[in-house]
Amino acid sequence: MSYEILGITVLWIFLYGYLIVASIDFGAGFYSFFSLITGKRHRIHPIVERYLAPVWEVTNVFLVFFFVGIIGFFPETAYYYGTSLLVPGSIAIVLLAIRGVYYVYSQYGNRNNKFYMFLYGVSGLLIPASLSIVLTLSEGGYIHENNGVVSLDYHALFTSGYSWSVVVLAIVSVLYISAMFLSYYAGKAKDKEALEILRRYALFWSVPTILCSFWVFFSIQRHNLEHFNKMVDNAWFFIASFICYAIAVYLVWKRRRLQVSFVMVMLQFGFAFFGYGKSHLPYILVPYLTLHEHFTNKSMALALVIVFLLGLLVLVPSLYLLLRLFLFDAHYVRGKLSKK
Amino acid sequence: MSHYDPVVYSRMLTSITLGFHIIYATIGVGVPMLIALAEWMGIKRKDPHYLLLARRWARGYTITVAVGVVTGTAIGLQLSLLWPSFMLVAGQSIALPLFMETFAFFIEAIFLGIYLYTWNRFKNPIQHFMLLIPVVIGSSGSAFFITCVNAFMNTPRGFNISDTGKLTDVQPFLAMFTASMPTKAAHVLATAYVTASFILGAMAAMALLKGKNHVYYRKALKITMVAGIIFSLATILIGDLSGKYLAAYQPEKLAAGEWHFETERYAPLIVGGVLDSQNKVHYALKIPFALSILAHGLPSAEVQGLNETPKDLQPPLWIHYMFDLMVSIGMLLLFIGLWFVIAIRRRRKSVEPAKPLNKLLLSLIIVGAPLSVISIEAGWIYTEVGRQPWILVGFMKTVEGATKSGQVDLMLWVFVALYLVLGVSSAYVLRRMFKHHPAEEELKEEV
Repeated sequence: MSYEILGITVLWIFLYGYLIVASIDFGAGFYSFFSLITGKRHRIHPIVERYLAPVWEVTNVFLVFFFVGIIGFFPETAYYYGTSLLVPGSIAIVLLAIRGVYYVYSQYGNRNNKFYMFLYGVSGLLIPASLSIVLTLSEGGYIHENNGVVSLDYHALFTSGYSWSVVVLAIVSVLYISAMFLSYYAGKAKDKEALEILRRYALFWSVPTILCSFWVFFSIQRHNLEHFNKMVDNAWFFIASFICYAIAVYLVWKRRRLQVSFVMVMLQFGFAFFGYGKSHLPYILVPYLTLHEHFTNKSMALALVIVFLLGLLVLVPSLYLLLRLFLFDAHYVRGKLSKK
Repeated sequence: MSHYDPVVYSRMLTSITLGFHIIYATIGVGVPMLIALAEWMGIKRKDPHYLLLARRWARGYTITVAVGVVTGTAIGLQLSLLWPSFMLVAGQSIALPLFMETFAFFIEAIFLGIYLYTWNRFKNPIQHFMLLIPVVIGSSGSAFFITCVNAFMNTPRGFNISDTGKLTDVQPFLAMFTASMPTKAAHVLATAYVTASFILGAMAAMALLKGKNHVYYRKALKITMVAGIIFSLATILIGDLSGKYLAAYQPEKLAAGEWHFETERYAPLIVGGVLDSQNKVHYALKIPFALSILAHGLPSAEVQGLNETPKDLQPPLWIHYMFDLMVSIGMLLLFIGLWFVIAIRRRRKSVEPAKPLNKLLLSLIIVGAPLSVISIEAGWIYTEVGRQPWILVGFMKTVEGATKSGQVDLMLWVFVALYLVLGVSSAYVLRRMFKHHPAEEELKEEV
């Protein structure tokens, strides 16, 4: 495996990790707020809180890892994306900041402050919408370089059906992934009441999730035919994704094996995400940046890979410990351990 | 401003982001060390007061860490958004410590989450304490790696530039360990611990000044002030080494900071003062030979003056005040710490050891907290502005590194508003948190 394939694969895995953990996190924040205004707060909030509280900061690091890593492996991304993303990137930073601090404020400071819950619930849904713009831009047609000046064509971006399909899919899948996960977590906690509410959310959002996935799939055909054809060549990724989706929804519907159901959700997005990524290559930004031509120098690549492998040696056991204490520990999940 | 210049706005926005982030980052690096000290004392001496101290500090720390994390994410992204040309070069040459920092950040985040939620989950308290060690290593490691990047900007090496402007012969580890790295990293870490000591000490001093006389606050004050003195002494020692480093590698920064215009031997250190239009110094305190000693350790040593640096490559001269501010606050903090130690030693011998501490001393400790933060800010302004006009000394000017896009002015206002909201709200939440859960209540529960 060449360094550039290894590099992009590592980055893509971490972005996928962010997609899953951040979706759970953002969706959970939104459900927390939603349950407050619909008067169901006491029924699902404890579950949401028990999961979210110890992991919020870790979620954020997945994103940082991705954008620091991509500058290391593909330095020119900093130049092209950095120049063109000033405004959308700044909006994303503001949303991430609001979401992060107001979650912590309401968790540790002013508990149950409705305004704080509103802020972190709603900003959580806007973050995936704003971050998904980067994936849209990578398809080409929105970023232009004229006489050495890189700029973003806002008109093309806002009037494009493709960019809107991605935004809608991002928001909808956050709500779907999160509800599927929380159903599993409620099931594990043996909290029947919460499970029923969350299961209904999960089933409700499963329909728009699959519809939007098809919408995005066919928007790519109109926006970037070359990419679409490559996706068709790699069709088995998307077929596998659909099968996983069907199993996941079926299991939740039947209230059976919720753990398997959530693994299927992860596989559903895993297959789709890697199928999309694989067919996107060799382009990192159509038509300016490609995998092989804009890779960093050999010595930096080697150093980054070594550090990455050493880092994994520390990271994997640490993450495992975190999961074991807060996700797989039945006593904790059921709220039988004192929290602070 | 009549003419829109993205460079000016990029510099303003970056300095505001860094200036705001560094407050929370410093607390984020320093406080875990103090929490660890308190918890360790609590376990070793079987003293519940120290354990409560660790617990309450950790609770407040969650708020500051949140602001630190989000503003850190902001500066991480802003580097690419505002300095794309610089990051193009940095990505190829200094990406390694940046990448390492994300791992340090990961470890800190994971173990902080575990630490905060497992106070009663282990039978042996040492196990809970052990969880804090990765947090300390992670947060201090983050500071270390990021400082490596800043050091590289001051003394870049580990690459060559070909005739076509391409980077060749990149040596990532050489780029990471540059001449300015050891003094810079040590200085950043030591001052973070000093600042955390004074911020936490000020909280205890405030309670004592209000007439709360519980031994809990005295213990808090003692542990923070003793830590404060040790780290202040370390800071002064490292500061002296930094002066020698600057004299050897960045003499123009030292010369501008010290208003040392002509190369000479037996150079005095100029403190304060004003400059006239001929760059003559007035009303300053001159300490004979002190600059020669700071720069080379000998009163007779020759110190390079600003006259040897071309006019267009000289840093602005107002950084002199930043240097003076930083150093004088550092000295004052050491003085406050020493006074405190002498005061408690005397009390131990006196007949009434429960007598309240001197009010002036307590007030000075309280003032020490904001002063230590100001000192950190002054230090960063000195080193960052002192690097100008370069962003990467000798290779890239700040002007060349900046973005060319419009709207940087608009983003500046957006972020000013954001930082105002974050600053005010975090202070409000922290105040409320400690007010609504006074230590006295928890002390009753524990006993």
